[in-house]
Amino acid sequence: MSLVDLDLTAEDRAFQDEVRAWLEEHLVGEFAEHRGIGGIADDDGWEVRQRWDQELARDGWLAIGWPQEYGGRGATLSQEIIFHLEYARSNAPYRAGGNGQDLLGPMLLLCGSDEQKLRFLPPIASAREYWCQGFSEPNAGSDLANIQTRAKLDGDHWVINGQKIWTSLAHRADFIYVLTRTDPDSARHRGLSMLIVSVDQPGIDVRPIRNISGGAEFAEVFLTDARTPVDMVIGEVNAGWKVAMATLGIERGADLLPHLLTFDREMQSVIELARRRGALSDPWIRVGIADAWIGLQVLHAVTLRTVSSLMHGAAPGAEGSISKLFASEWHQRLGELAMDIAGEQGQVVGPGYELDPFQRIFLDSRSETIYGGSSEIQRNILSERVLGLPREPRPTSTKEPTSA
Amino acid sequence: MTSSVDLDQQEWRRTARDFFAAKSPEAAVRRLAATPEGYDPEVWRQLSDQLGLQGLIIPEEYGGSGFGLVELGVVLEEMGRNLFCGPFLSSAVIAATALLRSADEDAKARYLPGIAEGTTIATLAFGERSAHRNPPRISTRAETRGSGWRLWGEERFVGDGHIADLLLVVAAVDGSPGLFAVEGTAAELGRVPIATMDQTQRAAHIGLTGAPAARIDEIDVGAMLLRVQSIAAACIAAGHVGGMQQALDLAVEYATVRVQYGRPIGSFQAIKHRCADMLVALETSRAVAAQALAAIDREDPALDELASLALVRASEAYLKVAGDSIQIHGGIGVTWEHPLHFHFKRVKASASPWGSLAEHRARITEAIGI
Repeated sequence: MSLVDLDLTAEDRAFQDEVRAWLEEHLVGEFAEHRGIGGIADDDGWEVRQRWDQELARDGWLAIGWPQEYGGRGATLSQEIIFHLEYARSNAPYRAGGNGQDLLGPMLLLCGSDEQKLRFLPPIASAREYWCQGFSEPNAGSDLANIQTRAKLDGDHWVINGQKIWTSLAHRADFIYVLTRTDPDSARHRGLSMLIVSVDQPGIDVRPIRNISGGAEFAEVFLTDARTPVDMVIGEVNAGWKVAMATLGIERGADLLPHLLTFDREMQSVIELARRRGALSDPWIRVGIADAWIGLQVLHAVTLRTVSSLMHGAAPGAEGSISKLFASEWHQRLGELAMDIAGEQGQVVGPGYELDPFQRIFLDSRSETIYGGSSEIQRNILSERVLGLPREPRPTSTKEPTSA
Repeated sequence: MTSSVDLDQQEWRRTARDFFAAKSPEAAVRRLAATPEGYDPEVWRQLSDQLGLQGLIIPEEYGGSGFGLVELGVVLEEMGRNLFCGPFLSSAVIAATALLRSADEDAKARYLPGIAEGTTIATLAFGERSAHRNPPRISTRAETRGSGWRLWGEERFVGDGHIADLLLVVAAVDGSPGLFAVEGTAAELGRVPIATMDQTQRAAHIGLTGAPAARIDEIDVGAMLLRVQSIAAACIAAGHVGGMQQALDLAVEYATVRVQYGRPIGSFQAIKHRCADMLVALETSRAVAAQALAAIDREDPALDELASLALVRASEAYLKVAGDSIQIHGGIGVTWEHPLHFHFKRVKASASPWGSLAEHRARITEAIGI
């Protein structure tokens, strides 16, 4: 397997050594026993992962790209990339507070007020508060601008009513950032605001949804007269769409390389499975493995190009959609290949619908072509923004339907 | 972190793009496709006089400019985009590489300057082709007669064999492979041009009936062939990237102007999403082709499998992109007068001398140890 290889300066190498040494010293005991556990939208091993986050936080490794005053290290993008790469190499448990660290934090740094940054960033960097994202609604999925959750001012508080869905780890979160309509006469992307709302209040009801692999890691969030202070708007009132779009841009970047290392490990484990099962003499399985390996190397090459241009100061562009499309579909094929190799035994689940790693890939990868902008949306982005093809004609009326 | 983006390379790309856009327009491709030679000697001269392309990867001591495959890749991409017709890959890349793999200074000093200058068109004939690591089955034998060597045998599908001034032939000497140079003027050399589907790239069957030959010494022929196959794979992939870009550009342009049901067909998701998939095919191929060329330049231990995977990816992608572009064009796409058929035909023609995609996959499964 080819390993991710970047041109590092002497300073970068010194930083890399520091990260490696820290991980070696601290990834021991229960943390070492839980290597590889968890994921961005999965709460396996939640308690141990929280303790791991706190271990990282103690030495300032949780939000290294943030300014020091908010609990970060002011690391460069190169250092961030190196950190995440070494982290992935060590196969440490997935950070529990990823949503706050990777999404809400950067959004606050970009659009938040000084008071908001001082109030909310340090508890994320020290693993004391956890966050979830309230974007999708039953009628606002790919068409995110069709948000129907509403907030109106009541004295010095916003009062929010509506429903969010597919909210990952909502049951673990202290706060939710909610994209909500604050101008009742607005339509589509105008008149939305990004509100910070405490989850722990009577106006919020989190109802877990059981997912394809049997877990309950995403949820519906019902907001019924939920309240939040007037100054809990991120960015300007009625400018929430801009804030949301800025966050979606953040979602691609430093986290690309770590995914590759996970994929490398999974590829190796599928080859090992084929070896154990005596399937390597099957010509179809061999072709399947060769194609999966080719796809993985393609992904390495594409990702290295993207990361290298990001490191040279390029803005993350619509090209990220190429990686997202290719990677998510590749991952699904890998899961299907693993099921073909595993045969009947691969259909057996453990007590309480406990799944093995191959079953997890097979099932969980179905969500990867849906979340973070479905494959169809990615294809729209590529064809419209990169290739310049005409936009889909919009319906003649831009008024929102009033019923949900 | 240090920069891997070389500004000079962008300048180089512009130069190559302008040159091939001017020298290999569609009209020229059509004209050459209908000639027996299949290339334009005047443009071939300009390739050398104006840009020194035939000597690009040949070291300066042999009359070239000593660049690597990364710089060559830029040229191949522009050639692919403009369906360039000429013996460039056979002579300036494959034959030159074959000679450079030997330590026979006399032979290199004799043959390489002419290749670098473009005054010699050379090609490599190596028997039955295969992308496996095993040496190909040699179909020509060499024997000493009097003061020199003579060759007997048949070499099939020799790239640009119909016009080559110099044939480098792998022949068996008492059962082991040797490399020999045969002058194109030899009376004991017969050529049968082959009519192929793809008229932008040519080949011939070669008959050797005691043709006089000079042996090229100090060369591991098996290792040379393996390297040549990897270089060919990576170079073809680079050319495919240019061809794909052109086929995609044509599709996008057509989808923007072609109106059906009162709107440009490019506003329908059925067309848009096909174009997005073509873009993914193109960009993923671009990344692996560049990776393979760079790997060969730095003698990466994994260069053989990186070259194979680049060829597999780029070949499948080019076939898809050319085919999809035809589909988006509708009826006009399946006409002789539209240029897309040249692209579609190139895909299979380019790769076949260098091993099937199945054989390249076999190289990959071997490399990953299964």
